[in-house]
Amino acid sequence: MKIKRAMRVWQRHFMVYTKLYKSSIALNFVEPVMYLVAMGFGLGGYISEINGKPYINFIAPGIIASSSMFATVYECTYGTYVRIFFQKTFDAILATPVNIDDLIAGEIIWGATKSTLYGIIIIGTISAFHLVDSFFVLLIIPVVFLSGLVFAEISLICVALVPGIDSLNYFYTLFLTPMFLFSGIFFPLDAFPVFVGKIAYFTPLFHLTSICRALSAGNPAGAVEGVVWILVVAVLLVPFTFRFMRKKIIK
Amino acid sequence: MEIITASGLTKNYGSFKAVDNVSFSILSGECFGFLGPNGAGKTTIMRMIYCFMPPTRGEVTVFGHSVTRDPGHIKSRIGVVPQEESLDLDLTVLENIIVYGRYFDIPRKKSQPIAMELLSSVGLLERMNENIKNLSGGMKRSLLLVRSLVNDPELLVLDEPTTGLDPHSRQMVWHGLKQLQERGKTLLLTTHYMEEAQRLCNRVAIMDRGKIVVVASPKDLMEQYGGDLEEVYLRLTGRKLED
Repeated sequence: MKIKRAMRVWQRHFMVYTKLYKSSIALNFVEPVMYLVAMGFGLGGYISEINGKPYINFIAPGIIASSSMFATVYECTYGTYVRIFFQKTFDAILATPVNIDDLIAGEIIWGATKSTLYGIIIIGTISAFHLVDSFFVLLIIPVVFLSGLVFAEISLICVALVPGIDSLNYFYTLFLTPMFLFSGIFFPLDAFPVFVGKIAYFTPLFHLTSICRALSAGNPAGAVEGVVWILVVAVLLVPFTFRFMRKKIIK
Repeated sequence: MEIITASGLTKNYGSFKAVDNVSFSILSGECFGFLGPNGAGKTTIMRMIYCFMPPTRGEVTVFGHSVTRDPGHIKSRIGVVPQEESLDLDLTVLENIIVYGRYFDIPRKKSQPIAMELLSSVGLLERMNENIKNLSGGMKRSLLLVRSLVNDPELLVLDEPTTGLDPHSRQMVWHGLKQLQERGKTLLLTTHYMEEAQRLCNRVAIMDRGKIVVVASPKDLMEQYGGDLEEVYLRLTGRKLED
């Protein structure tokens, strides 16, 4: 795998994105802001405080986590699937000096870039709403790139394993939605039996949410464990991602 | 000089033998055609030559390099026109060539003038900023063809370059391929059209069920078996007529 060739693939995706961003930004940006407003102000009206903060301040950092995750997951599930099987983009690229490993790496790095992009947008938005307490919030930017690698890897593994595009719905319903709900974004998991928190510990969004919350509150020490978790998982998933994708594409 | 050599080439998909122990060689500057019914193994051979899939057994070398050991080198020197339309639908006509050129490490500054020249050679220059969706089938084929030329390849691999085209567009593609051959490029193509093979190919290989039945020039085949190339083809592959 050559990083230079992987970046050729990245450049292609970036070029397409700069043409189409207006339509996808609505999906990835308006939706999290609606969550923030609806839950923060709507539900927040009935909840006095969580962990000593107004409810909207409690959920705001979590919205960085979820919206960056969804940006990557959309890109690397439906986006990648369409590129492989409908638009034949992979076939065209693989007839050039870019090889399968470069191509997979390009998809992963691009997926992580989308996380970073949407992370930045949401950080800007919640900062404008005065929902952030510390400049440490800026450290979230490199972190969402790392978590973007994890989400891209999981998504590509999923693309490689599903028999058809409709089956991707299972990934959303059975994995993403529960992870989204039980990641600690909307409520702390303390109120649940201990095993809920234990299961959540094995999901990347739970850690990303805690990191975002710690850094927005100006508590970098509280982010360390999560960052290590994400880093380790990002590395562990690399061989699986490449092996499954190679197998899916090269017959 | 031999540009491609295949020996004992075999590709299995599970228990199905798509290509079954074939050997052939293709000379520099010639136009070589693979003829055969659907499922005869033509596309599979092409895909192994342009390093898209590895052989199950046997060996192919292109420019003296092995497709399994040195695919990067081979791919940098060839152009591929795949059977399936693989243009980038999210990009314009011009961007399609520029982005493709970038995969060969050709920077935009260099690829843009090349792209404009290529587009003008197929009459697509004034449509360079258009969306791929607005192109006719013939224009898309022409674009696929010129896209494969952006790296000035020595060998061009074309998988059914004119399937689905109207007679006018087909003539246009043939004209383009003739010109490339005159410029010394080696052409390797698969086709269902005997007229295409007869007009373009110096030699053809007729395939059936994963095996090469015969390799010869169209002229020799017609002399040896009698009738036109289509009759020869049907006789050599026409199991359904006999069954």
